[in-house]
Amino acid sequence: MNKGTWLLGRLAQIVPSFVFIGIVVFVLARLLPGDPVSAVLGDHATDATVARITAQLGLDRSIPVQLLHFLGGVVQGEFGTSIAYRIPVSRLILERLPATLILTGLSMAIALALAVPLAFIAALKANRWPDLLIRGVFQVGLSTPIFYVGLLLLTVLAAWAHLFPVGGYGEGWGEHLWHLFLPALTLALSFAAVLMRSLRGAVLDVINAEFVDFARAKGLRARLVLGRHVLRNALIATVSLVGLQVGSLLGGAVITESVFAVPGVGRLMVESIFARDYPVIQALTLVLAVFVSLALLATDIVQMWLDPRVGK
Amino acid sequence: MRVWLPLGAGLLILAALLVMAAVPDLLTPYDPLGFDYEALLAEPSPAHLFGTDQFGRDILSRTIAASRIDLQIAVFAMVGPLLIGSVIGLLVGWFGGWADALFGRLADIVVTFPFLVLVIAIVAVLGPGLINMYIAVACVGWVVYAKLMRGEVRVQRSADYVAAGQVLGFSTGRVLLRHVLPNAVRPVLVYAVTDMALAILLGSSLGYLGLGAQPPEAEWGVLIADGKNFFTTAPWISLAPGVAIVLAGLGFSLTGDGLQALLDVKR
Repeated sequence: MNKGTWLLGRLAQIVPSFVFIGIVVFVLARLLPGDPVSAVLGDHATDATVARITAQLGLDRSIPVQLLHFLGGVVQGEFGTSIAYRIPVSRLILERLPATLILTGLSMAIALALAVPLAFIAALKANRWPDLLIRGVFQVGLSTPIFYVGLLLLTVLAAWAHLFPVGGYGEGWGEHLWHLFLPALTLALSFAAVLMRSLRGAVLDVINAEFVDFARAKGLRARLVLGRHVLRNALIATVSLVGLQVGSLLGGAVITESVFAVPGVGRLMVESIFARDYPVIQALTLVLAVFVSLALLATDIVQMWLDPRVGK
Repeated sequence: MRVWLPLGAGLLILAALLVMAAVPDLLTPYDPLGFDYEALLAEPSPAHLFGTDQFGRDILSRTIAASRIDLQIAVFAMVGPLLIGSVIGLLVGWFGGWADALFGRLADIVVTFPFLVLVIAIVAVLGPGLINMYIAVACVGWVVYAKLMRGEVRVQRSADYVAAGQVLGFSTGRVLLRHVLPNAVRPVLVYAVTDMALAILLGSSLGYLGLGAQPPEAEWGVLIADGKNFFTTAPWISLAPGVAIVLAGLGFSLTGDGLQALLDVKR
C-alpha cells in the first residue's frame, strides 16, 4: 500500500464518522427537555401562534424527516435560527469561533514552549532532582482543575497586580491576544502537564532505543544524536499527542471561556444550555466534533510525512 | 523507595479523605450550614482558619462537609464506565469478529467527540444534577475501559491456561469469568484509580459551571462558584475547597501511578 492509497482510505473513514456525529447530535437535541416553541413565545401565546411557530421550526414533521432535513441543512452550513439570539446559528457560531480558535491556538503554542524543553530536561536528567522537580510541579498541575487555575491567575495577575485585563476580548488583533493571554496560559498549564508527562516517556524510550546506542557506537557526537535522531522521533510522538489532545483542549476552552468571560463558542455552549437554545447546542456539538476529527486527520497526515513507517 | 514514597503519600491523602467523608461531624469546628452574622466575610483567623463566607459560614467546616459528595463523585463517575466498559471489552476481545470491528469503529468515533463537550451536551439533555452527570460520564467514559480490557483479553486468549481450560471442557462463561477476567483486570483497575482523580476534576468543574451538584449540596466546585463574586475582596472563600480538590486529585493520581509502577502494569 502506498501513501496515496493510505491517505484515500483515511479520508474515506471520515465520512461515516461525520454522519454518525450528525445522528448523535440530532438525537441528543431531540431529547432535550423543555419545549422550544414555548422558549420562543413564552407561556402566554395563542394556539394559532404556537402552531405557526411549530411549523416554522419544522417540529410538526416526523422524526426521520426532521433528521434528513437536519443533515441536509448541515451539509449546506444551515443550522437553523438561534432561539435566544434570533439570528442564524451559523452566523452566531462564526462570530464566536475566532475567539475560541485564537485561545486554543495560543494555549497550544504556550504549552509546547513549556512542555517540550522541560520534557527533554526531565528525560535527560531522569530520576535526578531536575526531573523530580519538574514532574512534581506538573503532577500538582494535573490535579488542579482548570477553572481554579483560571480564578487564581485572574485574582493574582489581573485583579491584584493589574498586569492583565480581567476578562473580555477587546478590539483588533493586538487586544485580542492581550486579553486572551491569561485564559490561554490557564489552558496551557493543564495541557503542558499532559504533554510533558507523555513526552518525557517518549524521549526516555528513544534514548534507550537500540538505534541510538548504535549511533553513539558509530562515534556520532552526543549533540548530533540528540538533535537528529532523538528529536525527530520525539517529534513524531508529540504530533500524535497534540492531535489526540485537541478534544480536551476544546473542552478546557469551554471552562476557561466561562471563567474569563471570553465571547467564544465554549461560553456560548454553556449559555445555550441554560437558555435551552437547542439549535445552538446541536450545531456546536457537531462543529466541535467535526473540528476534532479534522484535527486527527491532520495529525495522521503530518505523521505520515514525518514517520516513514506509516502508510507502508 | 521511588515507588513507595508517592504511593504512601497518595494512600495517606486518600485515608484522610475517607475519614473526612465518613465522620465529617467529628471534624467540623462549626455547623457547616450555620449562619453567623457577627462574622460575615471574616478573614482567616484562629477562630475561622480559612475564614467565612458572605453568610458567616465557616469555610473549613463547609469544605470538610463537602468531601462526602466529592468522594461519591470519584467513586460513582468511575464505577459506571468501569462496569460497562469491562463487560463490553471482555466480550468483544474474546469473541472478535463483526462485534469487535463494530466496536473499533464506534471507539474511533467516540474519541472524536471532545469528552467534556459531549458530557455537557448530555447533561443539557438530562438536566443539571449529579445523577445525570454520572449517566453522561458512563455514556462517554466506558470506551477507555473497553479498549483496555479488550487489549488484555486478546493477549490472554492465546495463553496456555485458556487452552487447558477448554481442553478440560470448561464452559466459555467459566473460562472467561474465572480465568481470563482475573488475569486481564489488573490494568483496568489501576486505570480506575487514576480515573477517580479525573472524575473529581470533572465533577468539580461541572459543579462550578452549575451543571453538576446543585447549590444546597455542598460540593467543592460549587463552593468555589459560591465564592466567585468575592474573589477579589474575599479570596479565602475559594482557597480551602480549591486546596481540597488539588489534594484529592493528587491522592488518587499518586496512588494510581504508584500501583502502576508497583504492579508493573503497562498502559
